[in-house]
Amino acid sequence: MSKNVLRVENLTMQFGGVVAVNNLSMEINEGEIVALIGPNGAGKTTAFNAITGVYEPTNGAVYFNDQKIIENHPQGKMKKLYAGKNADMYKQALVKTPDELTKLGMARTFQNIRLFKSMTVFDNVLTAKHLRRTSNIFTATFKLNREEELKMRKDTEELLKLVELYDVKDEIATGLPYGKQRKLEIARALATEPSLLLLDEPAAGMNPQETEELTKFIHYIREKFSLTILLIEHHMNLVMDISDRIYVIDFGEEIAEGVPAEIQANKRVIDAYLGVSEDE
Amino acid sequence: MWEKNKRTICNLILVGIIILLMILIDLFAPSTSMWFSVLRKVCTFALAAVSMNLLNGFTGLFSLGQAGFMLLGAYTYAILTIPVNMRSNVFRNYGDSVIHFQMPLVAALILAGIVAAFFAFLIGLPVLRLKSDYLAIATLGFAEIVRGLVQLQSFGPVTNGPDPINMFTAPKSITVYAAISGISIFIIVLMINSTYGRAFKAIRDDEIAAEAMGINLAHHKQLSFVISSFFCGIAGAMMAMCNTSVSSVSFTTSMTYQILLVVVIGGIGSISGSIIAAFIFYASSEWWLKFLDLETYTKAGSKVPLLGPGFRMVVFSILIMIIVLFFRQGIMGTREISVYDGIMKIKSVFVKDRAKGGESHE
Repeated sequence: MSKNVLRVENLTMQFGGVVAVNNLSMEINEGEIVALIGPNGAGKTTAFNAITGVYEPTNGAVYFNDQKIIENHPQGKMKKLYAGKNADMYKQALVKTPDELTKLGMARTFQNIRLFKSMTVFDNVLTAKHLRRTSNIFTATFKLNREEELKMRKDTEELLKLVELYDVKDEIATGLPYGKQRKLEIARALATEPSLLLLDEPAAGMNPQETEELTKFIHYIREKFSLTILLIEHHMNLVMDISDRIYVIDFGEEIAEGVPAEIQANKRVIDAYLGVSEDE
Repeated sequence: MWEKNKRTICNLILVGIIILLMILIDLFAPSTSMWFSVLRKVCTFALAAVSMNLLNGFTGLFSLGQAGFMLLGAYTYAILTIPVNMRSNVFRNYGDSVIHFQMPLVAALILAGIVAAFFAFLIGLPVLRLKSDYLAIATLGFAEIVRGLVQLQSFGPVTNGPDPINMFTAPKSITVYAAISGISIFIIVLMINSTYGRAFKAIRDDEIAAEAMGINLAHHKQLSFVISSFFCGIAGAMMAMCNTSVSSVSFTTSMTYQILLVVVIGGIGSISGSIIAAFIFYASSEWWLKFLDLETYTKAGSKVPLLGPGFRMVVFSILIMIIVLFFRQGIMGTREISVYDGIMKIKSVFVKDRAKGGESHE
């Protein structure tokens, strides 16, 4: 049995009275590409944010490489309001911040591209190397970390060559065409040396040709960096092409899980996407 | 790599020339020359502006506490460098000073920075949770509180209450000011070009992305705030030297605004911009536009219209408005000055002209 990299247990995210994600459980094994899909407003991005430490989930736990990274239970006002399940299962309140999670080896990209606007392509990736530093502010300022700095630069150059962005390395990041900006964002995430990569709608706003290139690219980086990947996506072509397994959620609840062929044939999934016909 | 080295060397030559000019002024200018008072002030406020730029321009934290940190630096420096036999004279209203030793200039300067940095560390913990305008208001409040506190009678034996402190070590030579300011700015530049500098810029550009890339926001913001305040404290100590007397009334909010203005005119996010702007700002407000405040008569004896007390500020304000309107990014934007690039540009124009000339000959 392969080892699971990310395990989400009974994750519930409730805003006031609205349960955005209800009792979601997922397992992602080493080397897999898993997609989380669902119609608009199903709670995909909320789930994503709760896993990556941006939101504090209301209830549930998340494990990364068998280390507990997030656990929470309804507290304060939520105690009365809580409408989800498994209210008494968790006792601890532990939420690691996004930067701690990235240090552990979880890197993410954003739905609406968030590059460092004023920096060059090279500096964007170089900045992501900052978290693996061993220098402190004094040694860095007075250039006593020359070796480390040179290694950072060399690694960045190699990475940029790998993802074929080396020829634009001195351009300002936001001046790149859209497809390349996406690629750069993924490259920047790769620079943090992750074992799990979380992609939030990587193909949003891309044309079919760009989407196809992206599919190849994701396959390529998985092999090259031996990554495990979780992605949220709307483009069904991309999802069906690259996913090993798919989780489908609707109204915050999981409605199906399986390999692409199973999902394509699943009636509940089709209903969720196209609506239930009233004649039946 | 060679390109980069050439740029560095050219810029170092420029810095060398500026230092040489300052030493020459120091040696040969008549002691009544305006250069002295203006350049001292320029050095002081260039450092203050650069340290504010580190926070506002490079880390994206809009803080207005500069006057407070400068005050802390100025007081620390002044109190520590009064000669022992003068102390009872300076602190006559409070019996005597509680401190009975005199520190050398450099030690007092560094301590001035450390005291400012320590207070920044303390208030940074709660205040840096705030964003943009709220942070500005909180730091502004801090500066006002500090200004109020040092005037308290009960702190008299240490701060001399509302009375000014004087008689402390205050060098006259511009070279000293240039050296302090130059070394400090050089350290800031080194830091901005290090991996920490990149992390600061990342926070400025996009906080959420920076955090997702593993940059600990609280830690790095605190770091930037403390370092900026350290150099602000040193700038405060330099201001004390400039004025040869320290009194809390001179560290008002309007001084913070002046520094902010220098930063904006120079370009938010440009070190060389801040230095150039500091020179232009203080040279024109203290010297070049001074004649506007004097009532002047023509040879025929009639009074020149408009010239008179207060008119300087009117002209000055209009100039600032023009700069802000037409150079929205400030003089330098986020770029830095580069002698090498400048030479190359001039050369390319020149070479092109010659090529054209060649064509016309044929």
